[in-house]
Amino acid sequence: MPSDGPTATERFLRGVIPENPVYKQLLGMCPTLAVTANMQAAMTMSGAVLFVMVCANVLTSMLRGLLKPHLRILVFTLTIATFVTIADRFLAAFIYPMSRELGPYVPLIIVNCMIISRCEVCAQKQSVPTAAADAIGQALGFALALASIATVRELLGAGSWFGIGLFWQSEAAQAYRWQIMSQPPGAFLTLGVLLAIAVALGAVWNRRKKATI
Amino acid sequence: MDYIGSLILIAVSAALINNYVLHYFVGICPFLGVSRRVDMAFGMGCAVTFVITIASFLSWALTQFILRPGAPLAAWVAGWFVDAQTAARVDLSILSYIAYIFVIASSVQFVEMYVRKFFPALYKSFGVYLPLITTNCAILFACLYIMKHIVGVGPAERWGAGEALTLAVAAGLGFTLAIVIMAGIREELDHCDVPAPFRGAGITLLVAGILAMAFTGFAGMGANLEAMLHPPADAAHQAAAAPAPPAAAQRVAADSGDRGGTRQDAPDSGGAPDDATAHTAATSSRGQRSPQGASGP
Repeated sequence: MPSDGPTATERFLRGVIPENPVYKQLLGMCPTLAVTANMQAAMTMSGAVLFVMVCANVLTSMLRGLLKPHLRILVFTLTIATFVTIADRFLAAFIYPMSRELGPYVPLIIVNCMIISRCEVCAQKQSVPTAAADAIGQALGFALALASIATVRELLGAGSWFGIGLFWQSEAAQAYRWQIMSQPPGAFLTLGVLLAIAVALGAVWNRRKKATI
Repeated sequence: MDYIGSLILIAVSAALINNYVLHYFVGICPFLGVSRRVDMAFGMGCAVTFVITIASFLSWALTQFILRPGAPLAAWVAGWFVDAQTAARVDLSILSYIAYIFVIASSVQFVEMYVRKFFPALYKSFGVYLPLITTNCAILFACLYIMKHIVGVGPAERWGAGEALTLAVAAGLGFTLAIVIMAGIREELDHCDVPAPFRGAGITLLVAGILAMAFTGFAGMGANLEAMLHPPADAAHQAAAAPAPPAAAQRVAADSGDRGGTRQDAPDSGGAPDDATAHTAATSSRGQRSPQGASGP
């Protein structure tokens, strides 16, 4: 992207839906599939990603004058690893049960392609406020995607939302729960169907836009 | 025998029961990206297996000798500056994530250089995928899994190089298996009429979901294997300790064999609870043994 391209606000808005990291760019798939069995885990993960992404993008942006081309990926990775360690220790100290539930997926943020791609595409060429806006937009898009998947999976798999039981809660009704949804296969199926819905909606949207023009 | 049994358990668990792609969702990016043709998928699987083995071994050594609390090398270096008792409590495990990613990045770099120098044909067939392995979650996940079995546990249960290498090779083979199956299905999918919105990633994810369902069929296998490999040893111990009549030993053997048979027939959801209790019982008995070892240093 050229440096005289979109402004900070545009970048922020673009990350949320038009360039959604999960649905449009297919990045950051591991946490998307792994932590979306319930809303709490998904939102904690999104918070951690937001923190790491903003900090890493801002630091990369500050360092952009010093970066050597052949070492940049290493610098990005080590920067991200530092902030992930901070986030991981924070979660372990203050929300221990959640930290246990997320387990290795918090350290796996280090190799989340989404954050490295934002450092590469945006932060190493842009000023600090632009990079921060871009990071927040992308992280919100990620949170939105995680929330959509987790909503479907938690409602169908456990009949609850954010841990609050809505239906299928009584002893007898538990047999009706769609248990596969809270197990690994459910993650793949949900994301596959939601992805197809997103593609179909995008196609409809494009056609309508062309018709109005 | 017990050692070999535990190695088999680790290997089967990493390759099939908790397949890295289909159960833990790590290594999804190459799984979706490089699974268009079987030969490419196989090459990717081999590259990942290769790198995961090297990186796991290096990170095992790093954790065992430097990073874990009370690691010998770290304590020795710290001994130059502080007294021995403080040095023994040095804990560098907070640095582990940075250290692992460094190990992975450099081992990918070394593997790339080595393969380019000595196996040019192989290097050409790997192409761009070799450097991309650096950001493959599966490798970091294997390192973290090994770390969990070194840092948080007593010396008796701490994993040695054998366990770490077994886990790494089995995880790599499991990844190869999953990605090759996926590529085989996708080659056939090319001839199918897939609805437009599902084309590309959508149908791949659905197929992966069905594949994951098939792999949940292995879920009951771990406990079965555990029961097969460990309790007979316990029963033998008991028989040796208290001279039980041979009929009792036979009954134990028949009982365990019968249980194994019924478990194979039973659906895994039905077999899971008592398998789980058997497993926790086994681990807790091992856990009770460990503090005696831990109290030494």
